Amino acid sequence: MSSHTTSALTLFLVFFALVGLTGVTVWVAYIDLGIWSTPVAIAIATLKASLVVVIFMEMRFGQPITWFASSTGILFLILLIGLTMADIVSRGWLGVPGK
Amino acid sequence: METAPKRTNYLNADYGIRSWLLTLDHKRIGILYLISITLMFLLGSLFAVLIRLELLTPAGDFVQADTYNKLFTMHGIVMIFFFLVPSIPAVLGNFLLPLMIGARDLAFPRLNLMSWYVYMVGGIFTLWAIITGGVDTGWTFYTPYSTTASHSNVLMTAVGIFITGFSSILTGLNFIVTIHTMRAPGLTWFRLPLFVWAHYATSLIMILGTPVVAITIFLVGIERAFGLGIFDPALGGDPILFQHLFWFYSHPAVYIMILPSMGVISEIITCFARKRIFGYEFIAVSSLAIAVFGFLVWGHHMFTSSQSVYAAMIFSILSFAVAIPSAVKVFNWTATLYKGSISFEAPMLFAMGFIGLFTIGGLTGLFLASLGLDVHVHDTYFVVAHFHYIMVGGALMGYLGAIHFWWPKMTGRMYSEWAAKVSAVLVFVGFNLTFFPQFVLGYLGMPRRYHAYPDEFQVLNVMSTTGASILGLGYLVPLCYLTWSLWRGPLASANPWKAAGLEWTTPSPPPTENFETTPVVEEEAYTYPLKEAEVV
Repeated sequence: MSSHTTSALTLFLVFFALVGLTGVTVWVAYIDLGIWSTPVAIAIATLKASLVVVIFMEMRFGQPITWFASSTGILFLILLIGLTMADIVSRGWLGVPGK
Repeated sequence: METAPKRTNYLNADYGIRSWLLTLDHKRIGILYLISITLMFLLGSLFAVLIRLELLTPAGDFVQADTYNKLFTMHGIVMIFFFLVPSIPAVLGNFLLPLMIGARDLAFPRLNLMSWYVYMVGGIFTLWAIITGGVDTGWTFYTPYSTTASHSNVLMTAVGIFITGFSSILTGLNFIVTIHTMRAPGLTWFRLPLFVWAHYATSLIMILGTPVVAITIFLVGIERAFGLGIFDPALGGDPILFQHLFWFYSHPAVYIMILPSMGVISEIITCFARKRIFGYEFIAVSSLAIAVFGFLVWGHHMFTSSQSVYAAMIFSILSFAVAIPSAVKVFNWTATLYKGSISFEAPMLFAMGFIGLFTIGGLTGLFLASLGLDVHVHDTYFVVAHFHYIMVGGALMGYLGAIHFWWPKMTGRMYSEWAAKVSAVLVFVGFNLTFFPQFVLGYLGMPRRYHAYPDEFQVLNVMSTTGASILGLGYLVPLCYLTWSLWRGPLASANPWKAAGLEWTTPSPPPTENFETTPVVEEEAYTYPLKEAEVV
């Protein structure tokens, strides 16, 4: 059993950081970043998720097996996105006869 | 009637409805699931009966097309999300996992009870959706039909399935933590029963895949309710994206159904062949391989969509690859039988049926993984036959085998062996008569999900409906003799099958605490033939 604790100040700071990053997400959505819109939105979301996992879920105190388990989730997310993108990116590679 | 000598066990340790609804005992929670999923199975079967009655004649004369759409949708939803997915894990996994690893309970008993309540809440939402008009999208909820065109209870059903998904996640989480942390002294990973390995692999799929389908169905709900453009092309969405997200879970979900059955078959085969299972390590690791490979093949459901040809080629190759660990299991079970001292008690008959039907289901899956052939048989009865051979012929045969194998342990009573053998034969014959003609129908071009069909398909459809009647009888017979056995069945000893495994070393039915003292494991699994001292 882990004896580590996170101070209330840290938890509040993370909470306000998450609220602030949500505001940034909304703000960025109104700016035309071209092809960078999605990567920027995903980067902010990743930062927010990392804060939740590392601070709120106390993964920084986690044992190697806990890190391994959470990494498995990330690996499968990469598989989901990667194989889906394999379809979306290559859809136009083969021309349609007659077009 | 034979009465049991007075001994405290999990069934008589406490009385009253409250003692059941607030129980933290994994065995009682398993029984709660058994009752719940049996009711769901009866409901799903009722829809199947109505479908087969409609298909008895070529004309759409029994129900209208709209009603038929709702019937096959609700049959699929009830059977998949509320029966097949929770069947073996939630009933037998709950009951047996702690017993098999020498533990007092699962790691999180309260979470376990909560998972049953979550399942019931999801079930009530779905039942309410059915009662108030039903849903007609097919169990696959394909967009944009489900988000823009359907006028049925899509939202309510989606909420029900979303909630039930969390029951699955909680069960998977509980199993993984339990297997990691609560094994008896000496019970190393490669001494675990293969049933436990199968449930470990199943749990991985449950916790990695279920959140994806839950969010996907949630997205369908918010697009339908608020018009947010996610899947609808008119709103800037991509309907094929829905198929990717849906099948990322729903193909591995087939392995949630079949892997636990494979674990059951490993236990039964080795017991009734009186021989240590052949290739233990390979069967164990093949469960994990199926769980991992199962996540990489979902695109084979989308060969005729606008999915890229290059992605389709990758998915086709990967789909062929997943056949390898499945074949490893079938070959090892067969090799176990070689020179075994085989007897054909009822659980063994169900296990033999499983191997035959699963093999046909698996091999026809390779037809569907082939890019060219799939174009011909896609969305025909060939597909319907294929997945029923896997999910009913495989998963349900395994479930019935498991219920018969561990019934004496669960209830402390034996059932009529003769009646059970009759049931196994009825199920096997009825199943093949129902679904084999559907392979032919599909190859000849009969599409699925239509309530009317050309006259030339009638003979095969009549065969199929006749088979369904026999199959239904095969399912009803166990309901009768197993219920009868609860009051009139002969008392079961601790180990009526002379099987290996920790669960057989404790009395039938087990005490609440499972074991008087924590067992210590000193040898590998399946040390058949058992020594005299091990047979209680």
